[in-house]
Amino acid sequence: MTSTLDENNKEKMRSVSVDLNNDASLLIDIPDALCERDKVKFTVHTKTTLSSFQKPEFSVPRQHEDFIWLHDTLVETEDYAGLIIPPAPPKPDFESPREKMHKLGEGEATMTKEEYTKMKQELEAEYLAVFKKTVQVHEIFLQRLSSHPILSKDRNFQIFLEYDQDLSVRRKNAKEMFGGFFKNMVKSADEVLISGVKEVDDFFEQEKTFLLDYYSKIKDSTAKAEKMTRSHKNIADDYIHISATLNSISADDSTANKKHLEKLSDLFEKLRKVEGRVASDQELKLTELLRYYMRDIQAAKDLLYRRARALADYENSNKALDKARLKSKDIPQAEEHQQQCLQKFDKLSESGKKELTGFKGRRVVAFRKNLIEMAELEIKHAKNNVTLLQGCIDLLKSN
Amino acid sequence: MADTARDPPPEQTDFEELEDGEDLFPEPAATLESEPASLPAEDISTNSNGPKQDSLFDDDPEDLFAEATEEVSLDSPERDVLLSDGPSPAITPITPPTSVITPCIGHAHDDMFTHSSFDEIEEEEGGDSFDMHISVSDPEKVGDGMNAYMAYKVTTKTSMSLFKRNEFSVKRRFSDFLGLHSKLASKYLHIGYIVPPAPEKSIVGMTKVKVGKEDQSSNEFVEKRRSALERYLMRTVKHPVLLKDPDVLQFLESSDLPRAVSTQALSSAGLLRMVNKAADAVNKMTIKMNESDAWFEEKQQHFENLDVQLRKLHASVESLVCHRKELSVNTAQFAKSAAMLGNSEDHTALSRALSQLAEVEEKIDQLHQDQANADFYLFSELLGDYVRLITAVKGVFDHRMKTWQKWQDSQMLLQKKREAEAKLQFTNKPDKLQQAKDEIKELEGKVQQGERDFEQISKTIRKEVSRFEKERVKDFKTIIIKYLESLVQTQQQLIKYWEAFLPEAKAIS
Repeated sequence: MTSTLDENNKEKMRSVSVDLNNDASLLIDIPDALCERDKVKFTVHTKTTLSSFQKPEFSVPRQHEDFIWLHDTLVETEDYAGLIIPPAPPKPDFESPREKMHKLGEGEATMTKEEYTKMKQELEAEYLAVFKKTVQVHEIFLQRLSSHPILSKDRNFQIFLEYDQDLSVRRKNAKEMFGGFFKNMVKSADEVLISGVKEVDDFFEQEKTFLLDYYSKIKDSTAKAEKMTRSHKNIADDYIHISATLNSISADDSTANKKHLEKLSDLFEKLRKVEGRVASDQELKLTELLRYYMRDIQAAKDLLYRRARALADYENSNKALDKARLKSKDIPQAEEHQQQCLQKFDKLSESGKKELTGFKGRRVVAFRKNLIEMAELEIKHAKNNVTLLQGCIDLLKSN
Repeated sequence: MADTARDPPPEQTDFEELEDGEDLFPEPAATLESEPASLPAEDISTNSNGPKQDSLFDDDPEDLFAEATEEVSLDSPERDVLLSDGPSPAITPITPPTSVITPCIGHAHDDMFTHSSFDEIEEEEGGDSFDMHISVSDPEKVGDGMNAYMAYKVTTKTSMSLFKRNEFSVKRRFSDFLGLHSKLASKYLHIGYIVPPAPEKSIVGMTKVKVGKEDQSSNEFVEKRRSALERYLMRTVKHPVLLKDPDVLQFLESSDLPRAVSTQALSSAGLLRMVNKAADAVNKMTIKMNESDAWFEEKQQHFENLDVQLRKLHASVESLVCHRKELSVNTAQFAKSAAMLGNSEDHTALSRALSQLAEVEEKIDQLHQDQANADFYLFSELLGDYVRLITAVKGVFDHRMKTWQKWQDSQMLLQKKREAEAKLQFTNKPDKLQQAKDEIKELEGKVQQGERDFEQISKTIRKEVSRFEKERVKDFKTIIIKYLESLVQTQQQLIKYWEAFLPEAKAIS
């Protein structure tokens, strides 16, 4: 619970998760990233006072696959079965802006030079936004780890931060990845099992129901929020075309209309900038928030699954012990096995409870922060729009 | 871009040919056979009340040309200069039989009609300020099945002395409007008046209504049409000459109107229109006019460019309407999803905030829907109207070309006849010679008439264009201001909604 309080006190104006880079003993950030074709190279920068590290400050280049490797090794570590492993950052996805850029290239002939330039600028901004988002999401992943009392001490984490050579040797080879795929398959079958396993603890029973339901709802909300954002972007694009065409008409006009049209063209240009910002703010504060917590809830569900597994193992070990007692064979092994299972289960339950409670607190705080910020930004943009529009109306009326 | 929420456009492109034909070209019979005889100054045997053109005719052609060049320098419509330019009522070789003109309008304003100068009539118009408001309302379905139609109530409110009463209404159906337009077009287009085009026909849209589908898209269609009809009438009556046309007055005032059958798309008249439109298009390509007047050349180019740009703008705004509608739908969907999420949330305060968020988004989706309507009815329809108007303007320029062509043809024929006559001089055929001389005399008259017609249409077009440009500026300004104000309203509502939500978000603990 202490970790939650710390996070509460150190809220900062950043990202969907509250700012995690608070512990001076281990500060991580990604100050720089390079985009080559589709491959993004992140520069992971660490500043630490811990003696476990060789140097107090250092940077290493890392690829997305290295992050995935780190995440997967953490997931596979038995000791961390009772923890919510921070969700792996999603792969950098430049598909959308790239496709739009392609379409723009095709349609270049149909628009004026000015229009084309503006559209291109919009796309470049979009590209940049995707880029910034992916940097951020990778950064948060590392910061979640660094601020976790147990995970921050993980050996592999340290290697990730420190090892100044290419990590690809340590990364999963194709076979292992395939193995991972099967593991996921089995897991979803087990998810059905979970509902079958009798829950002994009310807390976990409630959490299970809640998380399963919440996950599907938040997944839906994320998708819908994404669609909203896209519509805003489409409107911003329309404004570009309208502004450009108004400009062309005014150039050709010799009546009193000329000035009106110029003002109008200018207005639409400004409006589209605001609309673009509305879209990107909504994306960041709402869509990204929902998306991030969707993944986080998946990670929490994984924890529940592991615990349910442990419970099943425990119950099986009980049955095995009973059988052994009946047959009067291998009783000490069965007893020991049963004890181990019980211990594991208890440990998972205890840490699981802590993690899940902390998680809820974190989630509520993050939602609050982002919803407030989003509302404030919406108000700001709408006020801006009113000023722009009113200004233009007054100009038109006065002529 | 296309989304399930988007309504399929009611108009089929297949039928646009007909619709345009409707707008651009008058009844085929009238155009093809129309001689300058249709000009009232010369022949007022037709019952139609044409404009008063008389004063502008001058015996001395050179004077007309002098007028023409003077007008070139005018950029903005400075009517006063035009008026002082114009020949005073003293020069009226062809006195308009005003007695013929006036009786059609039983309650004629005598002052207006005794002046034979068209220019002065316009001045008078300026004095008696245009005070008229027409509304088209109460669409009502009459009849059943495929013979059903929509009847609209046309209400006129005016203080102008042109009308018997200050307020009156009649019931009209769509084909009545088309009929009115086709009559006006046949009377005025070929002499250079820009007759506002009527709203487009829509077989698909109307069929839905006839079949009785009471859904949103057919309601939208009826509303779109109602609004278009209203704008059409207002534009028509704003034209000082058209306003006084007896057909217009009859349309507005009389409770019974003979049905205009030839406006039907699939009638023989409709097919004839299509054929003629194609023929005209071919002719246009073959007429090579020697444009001696830079003003016309410049204006023609200007309208060509404007046409292209307006179409482009219209397309962009249509896209905007579509995207805004999509935004509305997506917002509504998100609202529902957020509500479900709120229900699922087990932290009480957050749950309440999420439900509030859902409510806000629901209100916002309605806001976007309303804005999309404003986008459409104010901005998009304005542009659509002007695209069609520009087409009418271009049509008028084309008529001028045809008039020129006719003049040139008569001239060439005259030349030929003169050559033939010269040859006949050397033969001993006195009666043939006399015949030739007679023909030449007739042709000379025709050539003169042709020239006069050409000058007339050129002069009319100049006036019309400057009036049009003036109207356009005013129209755009008024409607754009209205549109911007709608945008302001939306934004102000947004502020209200989000400001109401903010404390809810802050209350999460």
